[in-house]
Amino acid sequence: MLSAPADRPQAAATERYTGGSAVRVPILTVSDLSVAYASRRGDVCAVENVSFELAAGEFLGIVGESGCGKSTLLFAVAQLLVPPARITGGSVAFKGTDLIALSERDLAPLRWKEISVVMQSAMNALNPVKTIGAQFADAMRAHGVTARQEIADRSAEVLAMVGIDREHLRSYPHQLSGGMRQRSMIAMALLFTPDLVIMDEPTSALDVVAQRSLMVQIKELQQQLGFAIIFVTHDMSLVSHFSDRLMVMYAGQVAELGATRVVFDAPQHPYSAGLLDAFPSIRGPKVALTGIPGSPPDLAHPPDGCRFAPRCPQVQDQCRQRPVELYNVDDVQVRCLLRGNGVVQGD
Amino acid sequence: MTDLRHLADEPLLRTDGLTKHFRIGGGLKRKSLHAVDDVSIEIGEHEIVALAGESGSGKSTIARLLARIYQPTGGEIYFGGKPLSGLKSRADTLAYRSDVPMVFQDPFSSINPVFKISHGVLRSLKLHRPSLSAAEREAEARRVFEIVGLSPAADIMNRYPHELSGGQRQRVGFAQALAMRPKLILADEPVSMLDVSIRIGLLNLMQQLRDEQGVSILYITHDIASARYVADRLIVMYAGQIAESGPVEEVLAAPRHPYTQLLLSAVPDPKAELTLGADTDRGEPPRVINPAPGCRFRFRCPLAIDDCHHQTPKLLPLSPGHDAACLVAQSGAEVKAF
Repeated sequence: MLSAPADRPQAAATERYTGGSAVRVPILTVSDLSVAYASRRGDVCAVENVSFELAAGEFLGIVGESGCGKSTLLFAVAQLLVPPARITGGSVAFKGTDLIALSERDLAPLRWKEISVVMQSAMNALNPVKTIGAQFADAMRAHGVTARQEIADRSAEVLAMVGIDREHLRSYPHQLSGGMRQRSMIAMALLFTPDLVIMDEPTSALDVVAQRSLMVQIKELQQQLGFAIIFVTHDMSLVSHFSDRLMVMYAGQVAELGATRVVFDAPQHPYSAGLLDAFPSIRGPKVALTGIPGSPPDLAHPPDGCRFAPRCPQVQDQCRQRPVELYNVDDVQVRCLLRGNGVVQGD
Repeated sequence: MTDLRHLADEPLLRTDGLTKHFRIGGGLKRKSLHAVDDVSIEIGEHEIVALAGESGSGKSTIARLLARIYQPTGGEIYFGGKPLSGLKSRADTLAYRSDVPMVFQDPFSSINPVFKISHGVLRSLKLHRPSLSAAEREAEARRVFEIVGLSPAADIMNRYPHELSGGQRQRVGFAQALAMRPKLILADEPVSMLDVSIRIGLLNLMQQLRDEQGVSILYITHDIASARYVADRLIVMYAGQIAESGPVEEVLAAPRHPYTQLLLSAVPDPKAELTLGADTDRGEPPRVINPAPGCRFRFRCPLAIDDCHHQTPKLLPLSPGHDAACLVAQSGAEVKAF
């Protein structure tokens, strides 16, 4: 495989995964990360004090409604924020190096090779006037691979990994179906076998059948190549089978973070529970659902206490009084007073 | 408005062999894309019918044919027993459009951002119900806004679209449709752009409109679970044709067409264990260009027999009210593809 650039941090070498089985060493540590958008009314804090760790080969799902800060968080981790957004605090340590402190020049060798990003809309992310092959070649040349044969071979190889014939290297994006475009984006992200792949709703433009086949494909590739994934989606049920851990975001904060199975089986935060109850089921008896009434708060003027309080079915007086911190409850982090100080014991 | 009372046997809306082909390419390479082929559906009064299928299956084309945005290549649409090809005058067309309005998928681009929320409703009232005075129009607008759950209506009506959330905007879409006192609302993926937590509210609203306002709804979706939640009947489309149709619970409990089974297997079920690779289908729906006879699903179907390659299956009843277009199912064999 392609060798690491010389200016890579030393720590990296000791933390490489071995084959398919993931070594549980964090490759990414996000601490107290905050992001604000500058606006005429002052800063709007879109991501507030988010911390999490990601082990090599781990699959972290991040779910939340539009405007909850999940995409902003992703862009902050990948150092892709553009003004008016800026990181106002915290650190993003990738294999021991704080990415926030790095200059664009130092970041460039890490991009694609170590961290790659799959954007939401493949139609917009791919260049419509260049063939898929030309775009693959572009990315490889930018990272120092110039031998034609090597580019052609590697391009065909990654395309084959996602189940697309090499013939399509000569296709333009419009000649591919939505599913194939999205898969070729993923192939492109894998050109250099990165250790971390960040995905921003890659399946949201697809219908259920294509969605499922893409998710299965992503999971298979992950098992095969051992990269870690941060997968952002608004559809909680989508990641239920695929992610190791699940982070539920609400209004810029972590509402709940824990093992996917645990969060699904026994959601601690009323918001997670509400999200889970918002899906009509395809099996079992038909029950009337209510969803979660109301809409998320305006982040320019967040509520004083718990940000979910205005929509919460279990709200108490003290929820409105002061901000709620994250509590550790049985290996799950949850931002809810009801779970934290024993006002009401969990049922 | 059309008076339907003397046509008691006739469903509210019925299509007979509805077909839409698009010409693609030019000159000697001209081909025809079969977006909708020979589709016959019925929508009764006070009924929500879900039309489900993958992207490209022709479900939105059907909605546009019913909304008279497209003219059919073949077949006929009967509304209250009267063929739509007979609508010649502007007055007739306007009357049909107010009976059968459409709610669009994207609530962010379907409302004009420079006008107040009330604008669309008041304009359509002026056009479709010219007998109302300005004050009556205002009152009517308030009434429909309250019905769709946008209250206080007077306050919401004076806001601009950017001040509303996606869910509220989609309710505005339904309010606009409702203002025309419709009989059938064509809802083209009305919740697919909305957040999960507010989708249910819109689905509940659709049921409420059926139960309290007596309208029928054609609910177009790729989300089978929401179709089950809201609809009375389900029509599954594949590659421009109907694969299966019937009462929603019956179709989902005992799907007879392999494609319906595939769709069902793809629905994420958080409660179930994942079986990787066991039932994964990597195929894609075909673009149907100058098709030869044969079942259009045969390339993805694990059960395809020889006949499927030369004979186009007809949509035939397998039990009362439950139809499927599958030669294997029609032969009486058990169908368990996915």
